[in-house]
Amino acid sequence: MSHTLDRLAFFTRKTELYSGGHGVTNDEDRSWEEAYRRRWQHDKIVRSTHGVNCTGSCSWKIYVKGGIVTWETQQTDYPRTRPDLPNHEPRGCARGASYSWYLYSGNRVKYPLVRGRLIKLWREARKTLPPVQAWKSIVEDPAKRKSYTSIRGGGGLVRSTWDEVTELIGAANAYTVKRHGPDRVFGFSPIPAMSMISYAAGARYLQLLGGACGSFYDWYCDLPPASPQTWGEQTDVPESADWYNSGFILVWGSNVPQTRTPDAHFYTEVRYKGAKSVVICPDYSEASKFADLWISVKQGTDAALAMAMGHVVLTEFHRDREVPYFKDYVRRYTDMPLLVRLVKQGERYVPERLVRAADFADGLGQANNPDWKTVGLDEATGKPVVPTGSIGFRWGEQGKWNLEEKDAGGGDVKLRVGLKGTHDEVVEVNFPYFANTAANGFASTEHPNTLMRRVPAKRFALKDGEALVASVYDLFMANYGVDQGFGGEHMPSNFDDVEPYTPAWAEKVTTVPREQIIAVARGFASNAEKTNGKSMVIIGAAMNHWYHMDMNYRGVINLLAMCGCIGQSGGGWSHYVGQEKLRPQTGWAPLAFALDWIRPPRQQNSTSFFYAHSDQWRYETLDVKEILSPTAPEGDWGKAFIDYNAKAERMGWLPSAPALKTNPLEVAKAAAREGVDPKDYAVRELAAKRLEMSCMDPDHPDNWPRNMFVWRSNLLGSSGKGHEYFLKHLLGTSNGVLGKDLGVTGRRKPVEVNWRDEAPEGKLDLLVTIDFRMSTTAVYSDIVLPTATWYEKNDLNTSDMHPFIHPLTAAVDPVWECKSDWEIFKAIAKAFSEVCPEVLGVEKDVVLTPIQHDSAAEMAQPYDVQDWWKGECELIPGKTGPQITVVERDYPNLYRRFTSLGPLMTKVGNGGKGLGWNTEHEVEHLKQLNGEVLDGPTKGLAKIETEIDACETILMLAPETNGEVAVKSWESLTKQTGREHAHLALPKEDEKIRFRDIVAQPRKIISSPIWSGIESEKVCYNAGYTNVHELIPWRTLTGRQQLYQDHLWMRAFGEALCVYKPPVDLKTTAATHNFRSNGEKEIALNFITPHQKWGIHSTYSDNLLMLTLNRGGPVVWLSEKDAARAGIKDNDWIEAFNANGALTARAVVSQRIREGTIFMYHAQEKIVNTPGSEMTGQRGGIHNSVTRTVLKPTHMIGGYAQLAYGFNYYGTVGANRDEFVVVRKMKKVDWLEQPLYRAEVGQ
Amino acid sequence: MTEWLNQALFGFYPYIALAVLAIGSVLRFDREQYTWRTGSSQLLRRKQLVLGSILFHVGILLIFVGHLVGLLTPMIVWETLGVTHAAKQMLAIIAGGVAGAMCLVGGLLLLHRRLFDPRIRATSTFGDTAILVLLMAQLCLGLATIPISLQHSDGEEMVKFMMWAQGIFTFQSGAANYVADAHWIFKTHLTLGLTIFVVFPFTRLVHMLSAPVWYLNRRGWQIVRSKKLAAGPGR
Repeated sequence: MSHTLDRLAFFTRKTELYSGGHGVTNDEDRSWEEAYRRRWQHDKIVRSTHGVNCTGSCSWKIYVKGGIVTWETQQTDYPRTRPDLPNHEPRGCARGASYSWYLYSGNRVKYPLVRGRLIKLWREARKTLPPVQAWKSIVEDPAKRKSYTSIRGGGGLVRSTWDEVTELIGAANAYTVKRHGPDRVFGFSPIPAMSMISYAAGARYLQLLGGACGSFYDWYCDLPPASPQTWGEQTDVPESADWYNSGFILVWGSNVPQTRTPDAHFYTEVRYKGAKSVVICPDYSEASKFADLWISVKQGTDAALAMAMGHVVLTEFHRDREVPYFKDYVRRYTDMPLLVRLVKQGERYVPERLVRAADFADGLGQANNPDWKTVGLDEATGKPVVPTGSIGFRWGEQGKWNLEEKDAGGGDVKLRVGLKGTHDEVVEVNFPYFANTAANGFASTEHPNTLMRRVPAKRFALKDGEALVASVYDLFMANYGVDQGFGGEHMPSNFDDVEPYTPAWAEKVTTVPREQIIAVARGFASNAEKTNGKSMVIIGAAMNHWYHMDMNYRGVINLLAMCGCIGQSGGGWSHYVGQEKLRPQTGWAPLAFALDWIRPPRQQNSTSFFYAHSDQWRYETLDVKEILSPTAPEGDWGKAFIDYNAKAERMGWLPSAPALKTNPLEVAKAAAREGVDPKDYAVRELAAKRLEMSCMDPDHPDNWPRNMFVWRSNLLGSSGKGHEYFLKHLLGTSNGVLGKDLGVTGRRKPVEVNWRDEAPEGKLDLLVTIDFRMSTTAVYSDIVLPTATWYEKNDLNTSDMHPFIHPLTAAVDPVWECKSDWEIFKAIAKAFSEVCPEVLGVEKDVVLTPIQHDSAAEMAQPYDVQDWWKGECELIPGKTGPQITVVERDYPNLYRRFTSLGPLMTKVGNGGKGLGWNTEHEVEHLKQLNGEVLDGPTKGLAKIETEIDACETILMLAPETNGEVAVKSWESLTKQTGREHAHLALPKEDEKIRFRDIVAQPRKIISSPIWSGIESEKVCYNAGYTNVHELIPWRTLTGRQQLYQDHLWMRAFGEALCVYKPPVDLKTTAATHNFRSNGEKEIALNFITPHQKWGIHSTYSDNLLMLTLNRGGPVVWLSEKDAARAGIKDNDWIEAFNANGALTARAVVSQRIREGTIFMYHAQEKIVNTPGSEMTGQRGGIHNSVTRTVLKPTHMIGGYAQLAYGFNYYGTVGANRDEFVVVRKMKKVDWLEQPLYRAEVGQ
Repeated sequence: MTEWLNQALFGFYPYIALAVLAIGSVLRFDREQYTWRTGSSQLLRRKQLVLGSILFHVGILLIFVGHLVGLLTPMIVWETLGVTHAAKQMLAIIAGGVAGAMCLVGGLLLLHRRLFDPRIRATSTFGDTAILVLLMAQLCLGLATIPISLQHSDGEEMVKFMMWAQGIFTFQSGAANYVADAHWIFKTHLTLGLTIFVVFPFTRLVHMLSAPVWYLNRRGWQIVRSKKLAAGPGR
């Protein structure tokens, strides 16, 4: 009752001794224990997760007490695995466990915020003008516009109301649509898998408006282009549970315990089970301690290591001793048995394209797509045959697109692997060699730039004369320097010959001892031999972020393919970068891209977009000539990367947003005035060059993006490579760009794209960021909208690391004035619909889209590359140029459309990855489940009012969550392959996963043909499984794993076969070396940006709990030797800079780091403990302050089977790891704590 | 000093101070158990703490006991024991001087640490710093009385304070008169001392009420609640 009174009863306390005085009993009051009980008492537990692109996708218990979220713990109720497999849980990590800190922290955005100067102008204008006019009066007055754009990032955000900001945004969007065109409204939001509804909310609004959604997977450089190149698949990987089935795991440039924390237990468990593991990374990473052998490879030379391992495997397991499993695998599942034309180049030959059925006078009996059917040699008859499965079989005919060992006529065929023994002659073939020069201290060898190797060839009488052909297998062996007895120049005779690509050669390039290379290759292959392919490579960003990432990856993929590992449980390619696995993708896409109302959507590849619109192309330092192959065919190759990109856009290879210099609504109106079809009109005007594509002049004000939405993203604080260029050109504010553009440096300017001497600064009229925390991007925005956290909304979440779908649910209502993303975009849609009739009604819009992968159009130009713009061919939309579609946009009814499921789902149906199915039944179910709209223009359609309605829409439409749809989709595939697949889903036909089901417990998804693995009680999810076991072709030119890339541009850049290319020289340090000396020693180091331990990208990097675990602000890691060289001690403030900008951080000096590199963990927010830079005078900078995007032409190829555009599937990627920085100790640490503009302080 | 003020400070104020001390401490002990603590900063930094804390605590405990015994022991006891006032005063000056010096050195170490160690400073509340400053000021005043006491080597000055203190505790209405003509340093020392009583329940000083002396004579190592002994609904 009273503690004091209890104390007073001290002498009357009844105590007794027992156990010989060892213990004592007493009757003390125990109510103090309540405190401990109450500490862990709570009112409820709600299931949610963290939508943070970590691939974890861990289900969490969120505890609520008195209406406040108090803490979170890991859920432990995942469905059990089969008896011989460890369970998935516990899943979660320290970062997720610290999330609840954000909800009530000072970093939380609590109210709608607007830049002070802008809201003053707006309120002033709104006194007299209607909304759209008001916006017009601000942005068309250069002084007014500049008054707020030029101070972006300088603070000064003030509180507004939802009504006011949504009206402002609606008016800005309406003005932009009317004045410039809808594709000037751009939206960036990444990784739908982390919160599908939130992504869909913004994307749905943008697509109904006609705006463009930016891609992310490629921009983040998480997309490995080698995957679509090889498999025609964006990325498909084994779930982490499948690691447990492996016998040999190579962990290559991936830091499993640090960046795949919830999955790492499977790695530990399989080590206990006896699996071998080798970890390859330059630094002694956390993963290294798991290894039987840690290989410290020189950073950026992984491809050389992979080539040498491939050399060992090909020598010992293919040439010296034929392993039947390997041989059979490469015969059936790779392009190795297919034939390639050899053409004369100088004295010698070079490999050209794959032989096609159309090359033969009779087309080998193929009438349908003979240009797209590849050819092999039948072992029995020695005759050329057309094996089924190539892309020509996929389109235009049915039932023959499969990997059965059959030819087009249905006869049994066993393809011959290699021509040795049946060859007509041996020819001298040149292979490009790039490692004879290297910059920045990377090793080079003394070899010519072409290596002649002799290859067995056959002579064929083809349609256009006699031709020499070789098999991919022989070219592959020769390229690897594996001598089949024909010899050549620099052809090694044993592993100790220092010739490409032996282990001895690799030792020189990679610094890895040859014995290690040989031992690992042998171990890897012999495990695969004994287990039929259960050797696995876990691989990550460290490999993929180099400019020549394709070589790194294809080196590894080749190793896996030659050992028959891909498509085998426990084996294969485990690329874990980015939470890309949006499992119910085909159910989600209609909701997100408003495909229920308007098709096609406007989707833009962000890398090219930002390269052009943050004007990074104006500073290009890499010349195409530096990466062109010595064996490149004749051609006009000497252009700038921006020229290549513009060419790709013109030819319909890559998307364009903005697409046309003229407002597409005006194009449609002009066509209507003439009374012609807008599509014909556009083709005619483009061909006549009266209509110009925006890509030809990205700096013209008509071609600028004008409005930008950023949500679920920290574009400027995390993913924005070339951060300072963003600030300078896209935002037009203070920035730290230190270099000069091509106009000043005198480097080669673009030849086709227009150069303007005056660079634009501040292309955006309006930048809107939606976030729950005050991120770097939010700080630079004009409007910041407060969104619900992951504990305050309902949504869906999936990952590639486990097979479950599970929800985010609202533990509490959004606090302060926050709303969920779905409600925010609903509010914007509503405001837009209300203000737009001022200038917009029902409008026709001309939409340009690139030639899409997984559509029949992906067979565009089979041989040559012809450019209509140069008069080489006619402009045929969807063939030699972009697809052109005219769509209708009902602007005043945008909100109504947003909140109901449109009629196209019933009319056209649904589908994905080249499959289509009827979805009427599902639409009916949704009407019953969500209810119908009762009146208005959307009367009778299914409602999508709430986030949960939206979740149900996805779950109902997706084959992965609706068994009935799964069966339909497999049946659809059966039509193409002629094989029965529905057995994979039939047992689950009646299963329909609803939102409330996954709230109760995560649910395992249902097998669907959208993915290449299956969900089964017998095997774990593994990529390529259905290709190998169901004989479904890969979605490539040959239908097989494409190890030979025969496109003209691939050959031109020397990537037809995998080779080692040293990192490129970006030449950014020389300009700033000793440029503004502070007297301290300056050293140049390779700038490496791995994923961190104390955050997931930038999230958590401003979280107090995580800051406390590390050093409380930005840090870089240096080796002891480099630190000593530069006079840097641990915890010193240092500055790293180059032509791109500068950053400040504390130094962590560690033995762990390899000499020559500097690590800065990716995405540490510059809003926390970041002082000013001595170089730029600006606040520190972030890791991307010293990077710049550099494009690669081979990523722009389109209209060519697997090399065709798909959103987040193919396209240019934002590589950044070849960058060097100058590092020096800081003299003066200035926290820049004065106001930005003194004059404004008084206001 | 006017008579009225003297009466207020040494006649009424002691009762207010003791009432606040007693009621405040009881309430805090009952209502705010979690705040009933020393507020130690040892986890943040050991430096200067060990030496400073030991010197300070030994010193202040000796001083405390000295004051308690010196002021509240009835005159008759001293007379019975045959201790003269002069001897008693000399004892007080010597013992108090030594203890005061220890306390001063320790206290200054702690104060320096609290003010100039950035970690400690950042985590200190106003009360943490203020009470230390207050104790140091009181200590200095106490030490400053030594020269004055030496001028009254007969010890009669000290008798006044004993009479006053015992007068207060025995509710004599004229107790304040005993100290009416004391030196101002003594008066300030008394006033500040009473003020420390006033702030006592609101600061970390309360920890002295919970000194873990019971450990010295602890019975049994394993403490359990007996069902047999548990009265009522208990837990």
